[in-house]
Amino acid sequence: MSNVPSELRDDIPTFDNRPASTHDGPIDWSALTSVRTAKSAMEIGAIVGLAAAIFFGLEAVLRWTDTPTYVFPKPIDVVRVLWNEFMSVFLHHLWVTMYEFLSGYAIGAAVGLLLAALITQKPFAEKVIAPYILIMVTTPMIALVPFLRLEMGFGSWPLIIAVALASGPMVMLNSATGFRRTDLAKIALARSYGASTFQIFRKIRFPLALPMIIVGFMVGSIFGLLTAVGGEMVAPSEAGGLGERLVYYSSLARMDEFGAVIAIVAALGVGIYVLFYFIGKRWASWEA
Amino acid sequence: MDPKLRVEGASKVYAGKSGAVHALDDLTLDVAEGELITILGPSGCGKTTLLWAMSGLHALTSGRISLDGTDVDGPLPHEIGVIFQEANLLPWRNIRENIEFPFEIKKKSVNHARIDALLAETGLADFADSMPRELSGGMQQRASIVRALAQDPEVLLMDEPFGALDAFSRDEMNLLLLRLWHESGKTIVFVTHNISEAIFLADRVVVLTPRPGRLAHIYDVDLPRPRTIEMTFEPGFIELVQDMKRTVETGGRAVLEVE
Repeated sequence: MSNVPSELRDDIPTFDNRPASTHDGPIDWSALTSVRTAKSAMEIGAIVGLAAAIFFGLEAVLRWTDTPTYVFPKPIDVVRVLWNEFMSVFLHHLWVTMYEFLSGYAIGAAVGLLLAALITQKPFAEKVIAPYILIMVTTPMIALVPFLRLEMGFGSWPLIIAVALASGPMVMLNSATGFRRTDLAKIALARSYGASTFQIFRKIRFPLALPMIIVGFMVGSIFGLLTAVGGEMVAPSEAGGLGERLVYYSSLARMDEFGAVIAIVAALGVGIYVLFYFIGKRWASWEA
Repeated sequence: MDPKLRVEGASKVYAGKSGAVHALDDLTLDVAEGELITILGPSGCGKTTLLWAMSGLHALTSGRISLDGTDVDGPLPHEIGVIFQEANLLPWRNIRENIEFPFEIKKKSVNHARIDALLAETGLADFADSMPRELSGGMQQRASIVRALAQDPEVLLMDEPFGALDAFSRDEMNLLLLRLWHESGKTIVFVTHNISEAIFLADRVVVLTPRPGRLAHIYDVDLPRPRTIEMTFEPGFIELVQDMKRTVETGGRAVLEVE
């Protein structure tokens, strides 16, 4: 009986409608991808209306109370600064932050995904590595940046490494949860048509894990951005970056510029969320 | 004539966490070419285990299974098609992509003409681009039958395919299956826990005992073909149902006493 698929050999056949261990990772982040979003014109109109009300309401209150700019910047001034100085000042720093974030995230996500795919094949390896991953997930990697600065100088590598260390374990943890899903019936189906172990991985295990992988990528990217901006605040490179600007402007009480940088960081975060929302919709909607 | 499929002394013990589970015990069975045989027994009597062993997905603890005289020691993708419980479609693929899945695995070109003909025959022509969850249970199971038949296997092993359907869809699916069987002349082994379904479809009904699955009795069904739903209301049919129910409950001892 040598050709009998080994993963089916001694399991009592089960036919669960839902794959086992759908959301039983250490942390359930799946809620991040399932925020209720607006659809009708009325809902969108209400959202835009509320934004306008906050924007102009704040402007009016600040003018009415005659609040000085160093206490709180007026929204219209922030927009003006953003408009006037975006190309000359902010674009450079946005690029620096994006470069550190994207490089670190690419490394972290790739290693995390690969490690998750490999490690879930061997329960023993998984159990041995799990505590270390947990330590990496819970340790704020921003704390490492000053140390890496001393070791590696004032280039972008310390921040790239910190971003990779922050995002990688997040990607790994969630992807591992995805790869750990086993659907015996679907594996049996593929095996009955003579599928190889690699085909099983590519056509069954990977698609089954994909929704959790996307969640991992999303959470990892948010942690990565956090680490990039935070790391720049703590120990920036020579080139600066959005975090460095935040510290710089606040130390000089230049609150209009400070507000503009905050707006850019917020837009970056929202952009990442929207990107993954659509990726999830395209590639993981079957699970909704 | 030599049997198409032969099961000899098949036993299977699972090494479960809470002790060994004895699923099958010394089962011997011949299936003739072109025959439609049903295997009947209560839940947990090793029916699925037997079917998975026939399809090469499971290894037996002892005994052997052979197809055309050759031992089955692993999946036979060209000779055997398996139809699983709950349709077992891949939820991330639409119906057409699900039906093309075996072609991809086997790395051969998709037979579009055959697939389209089968989709039309099973009433799924308009649903080829739908996702599985958009379809009813009966339609999903039809898609899974199309997926298996598109490969044109010699033997079709069906594991309680209609178990999750309501009685009306089940009748409809049974009639469809009989029509497809009549047209294709395939050998079909059909596992079920529904007595009247077992009789309605079969040339022969193999009744198994619960835990461990042991042969209780083999019934020859001499209802004329083509079969109609009306036949299931006739006194002879109902008598047979009652007789089989007793056989399942007593593990075949009652039959032995009568004989």
